Amino acid sequence: MRMILRRVSHLLVVLFFVTLFAALMTSLLPGDPVDAIAGFASPEQKEALRDQLGLDDPLYVQYGRWMGDFLTGDLGGYYSVTGERPVIDRVRDALPVSIQLMVEAQILTLLIAVPLGVITAYRATSRFDRATNTTAFGLLALPNFALALILAYYVGVQLEWLPVSGYVAPSEDLLEHLRRMALPVIALAAGQIAAYMRLLRSDMIATLQEDFITMAKSKGISPSRVLWRHALRPSSLTVLTVAGLNVGVLISGAVVIEVIFSLPGMGTLLAEAVFSRQYIALQSLIAIIAVAFVLINFLVDLLYSVLDPRIRNART
Amino acid sequence: MPARERSATAMQAPELIQTQTLEPVDLESAVEPTPEMQARARRLGIAGKLAIAWLVLIVAAAVLAPVLPLDDPNENFAQIAGQGPGTDGHILGGDGLGRDMLSRVVWGSRASLLIGVGAIVVGLVVGGLFGLMAGYRRGRTETVFSGLFDVLLSYPQLILALTLVTVLASGEGISSTRRTIVLIFALGVVSIPVLGRITRANTLAWSEREFVLAAKAMGARNRSIMFREVLPNVLPAMFSIALLGVAVVIVAEGALSVLGVGVQLPTPSWGNIIAEGRADLRDSPHIVLVPTVVIFLTVLALNFLGDVVRARFDVRESAL
Repeated sequence: MRMILRRVSHLLVVLFFVTLFAALMTSLLPGDPVDAIAGFASPEQKEALRDQLGLDDPLYVQYGRWMGDFLTGDLGGYYSVTGERPVIDRVRDALPVSIQLMVEAQILTLLIAVPLGVITAYRATSRFDRATNTTAFGLLALPNFALALILAYYVGVQLEWLPVSGYVAPSEDLLEHLRRMALPVIALAAGQIAAYMRLLRSDMIATLQEDFITMAKSKGISPSRVLWRHALRPSSLTVLTVAGLNVGVLISGAVVIEVIFSLPGMGTLLAEAVFSRQYIALQSLIAIIAVAFVLINFLVDLLYSVLDPRIRNART
Repeated sequence: MPARERSATAMQAPELIQTQTLEPVDLESAVEPTPEMQARARRLGIAGKLAIAWLVLIVAAAVLAPVLPLDDPNENFAQIAGQGPGTDGHILGGDGLGRDMLSRVVWGSRASLLIGVGAIVVGLVVGGLFGLMAGYRRGRTETVFSGLFDVLLSYPQLILALTLVTVLASGEGISSTRRTIVLIFALGVVSIPVLGRITRANTLAWSEREFVLAAKAMGARNRSIMFREVLPNVLPAMFSIALLGVAVVIVAEGALSVLGVGVQLPTPSWGNIIAEGRADLRDSPHIVLVPTVVIFLTVLALNFLGDVVRARFDVRESAL
């Protein structure tokens, strides 16, 4: 119980700093942010906007107001000649797209990396093991945006197997959804597969030397059962650790991949806001992504201590 | 004082010692690092030499770009616009605007390597100093610096860099020099917690060694112990992570280019050549492929050498 309290207070401190930075971003910009956000406006309109945004208030007032708005779903607006459009409307459509991309990439990663990790550990130093490892090492050196473009060109343009842009919601047409997500998901998952596989492999090799594995074998349990039931279970913690460490990589990757495949997710909104200098929208988008990242890490941490009794009991 | 002592037995990881007492199983030969296997990991081998050769080549290209017989990277030759490799006089062809690809990739190595190395130097100096102090002094110093690392790590790395670059160098009329300096700073900030943590973890371990105690007993000042006794032993670990870090930063600059805040065009970097080539992907895929191959080989070489350094100095992964 005390451990949970400490975790939660740590979480709150981190959330404070993360949101503080995002909230004050616009005020920290060199020059007049209003000129950037609404360069088209007349001096009077700019003055009104500056007032409305409260950019001249003390920073703590700005932070407090921003936090209140953020928690009640007011994420500011996009400013254009035709007026102001709320950011939340775009986020509502974009967030599911990004989550789908990341979850699907994560599923693909596990489906491929876990069996590969187990088999290469069991057959360590075999030709298959070496080939897989070399491939993984190579995949780790290929930037995901470069892989995305290579896939888009060869699979999409040359072979015309799959579409290279556009998005269809799974509720509309599941098959078409998967067809359109295939290339982005593969591009995002490739590096993760390599990372997961390598770690799981070295972890499994260590596990396979443990006494309880020898014991299980000597009882005459079939090798595949020993491998998948006895040896894989303790390594699942490693997979979870890697997953936790990789959330940041996954989010960063998704942002770039979305832009390349023109998926209407958070990454595309982010790039758009940078390009058109919509700093109010930008700070909200960054805050959402950062808060989501902190919360996911917190959950992974909790899950970790739930799964591993040694950690659960160690600090209570 | 044996401050730079690095004897193999002293640095042997406890895990390795433990596995030797286990009953041998059929995988034993795969795991037990025999002396020969360890020696092989420490030697560079042909792959290691190739990796070093490649890095020397691109560093030379970056340094010598102004004196090499290359076309101006910003000169447009209308006749080679979008032409693939092998065009007359332009070995790697031209990009969408008819600029010589070879020249742009060579000049691009300047920006990419400058940012990669620059950011990691920032990370090494700041993160290394903080990590060293946190690990050696412990107590409140450790709480403050570890807290700082935690906060910096609580942003997804690319998003943090994107935010810093946007705040410090976006908008119209930003000079290419300013953008590059800000990129070095932003990606440096991102690498501070990574390098800081590994330094702290290793400092913790080395600070408890006998020679540190001996130095204290002889009346050495804390600062001199930190820099003369502990730091030299922590450097290999920092160096192996730094090699990987340079690779990560080079790739990150590319990702930022895709998002529109990489090195400012028309100054080329490997990343922004790829980002710019997206528009011509259908007809001229070589604009994307050429810098991709260059980044791939560079990252591969750096990752490989990082592993070699780690094996040679027995940097423990658990310290991460």
